Amino acid sequence: MKPPQFGYTAAADLDEALEALAATGGKVLAGGQSLIPLLNMRLADPGHLVDINRIPALDAVAAQADGVRVGALARHFQALESDEAAAVQPLLRQALRHVAHPAIRNRGTVVGSIVHADPAAELPAVLALTGGTVTLRGREGERALSAEEFFLGPMESAIGPAEIAREVFFPALPERSGTAFHELARRKGDFAMAGAAALVTLDADLACTAARLVCVGTGAVPEVIDLSGLCRGWLSTSDWSAAAEAVRERIEPEDDIHATADYRRHLAGVLAARALSEAAANAEARA
Amino acid sequence: MRITLHVNGVPRSAEAEPRVLLSDFLRGELGLPGTHVGCEHGVCGACTVLLDDRPVRSCLMLAATADGHHVTTVEGLAEEAALSPVQQAFGECHGLQCGFCTPGFLTTVTAFLEAHPKPTDEEILDAVSGNLCRCTGYQNIVKAVRRASELMES
Repeated sequence: MKPPQFGYTAAADLDEALEALAATGGKVLAGGQSLIPLLNMRLADPGHLVDINRIPALDAVAAQADGVRVGALARHFQALESDEAAAVQPLLRQALRHVAHPAIRNRGTVVGSIVHADPAAELPAVLALTGGTVTLRGREGERALSAEEFFLGPMESAIGPAEIAREVFFPALPERSGTAFHELARRKGDFAMAGAAALVTLDADLACTAARLVCVGTGAVPEVIDLSGLCRGWLSTSDWSAAAEAVRERIEPEDDIHATADYRRHLAGVLAARALSEAAANAEARA
Repeated sequence: MRITLHVNGVPRSAEAEPRVLLSDFLRGELGLPGTHVGCEHGVCGACTVLLDDRPVRSCLMLAATADGHHVTTVEGLAEEAALSPVQQAFGECHGLQCGFCTPGFLTTVTAFLEAHPKPTDEEILDAVSGNLCRCTGYQNIVKAVRRASELMES
């Protein structure tokens, strides 16, 4: 359980990191909370690591009126503890509470979790549901991709071999809207068997006008399920179980040693209904 | 490569390959075997140390990345010859049996109580949720955290 041999560059700035990536075909090391277990278990053998931990000014969590910008070195705990970020986009904190354990959140990065593109992870779902973007820096410049463009499959994203994800942007919560995040894991901090992130928007009478949901751990990539048609006019106190059924019909979970596909489908429905009604209640509280 | 850490307040330096984990660097190169190595993929929490006063998994960090940072291991918790309040409380409350997981719990709880001097039981459970103990059943560990909070207050 020791990493294989690799070359190592501790980059002083982004340009040096991009040069080293292009020259070596290596991997970026940021928080390392996914990459280093893969190295320890010898599931990855990248040949070269470009450590970006010493690059200054990459660790900002900047909350502005239009949304929250999270830099490549911002650790989970920074985004979790930011009251400003929680005020602009509450789903971020609601989801980050479920990410692993405190010691992992002290090192792991928000951007790294998204680039890792694990369909059982929380933050890819947050990016998809909020309509956020990932900014990729290459030697020729930058490009910003939506979640739909970025996530290609399990652990697979559109980032190029010589690109670095410099920042992730989570747009602000719209008016009269609320969010919620629910998941169930066998042990606290484990990957969830299933989870659901919900975003509900109400009209002036506090009836639902838009309801969107992303499930966690039930498909290859985070997919936004639009339930606005079904849920139009519902109140936070309505019976949301028809939405649970609709979600169960849309997802395609798989069996593994932790849960059967049928159980995941059932669970995702239960969590979806809970998340949707709670998001509606949170929208009411903000209205 | 040459790696220098400030370990328990003392600058310590040694040669190591870039692939050497912080856990192995502390144990093998710096002769500090108090940091225990359990699962080596971030699940068990036995190797937890404080990096710039925050608990982190030393098995999920390269020693090279930690170069220049402050690291506190279990060896650095005792004040002079006296046990720290957290160490004393774990002894009093039988918060350990075989002791393998204990260094990870002690470092985790030390940082937790600095930030939350009067924790609720729910906060305690959340704080230690990333540390596995196969002996105690956790009841006495939770008691020990409560006791340590009392000792630190007095």
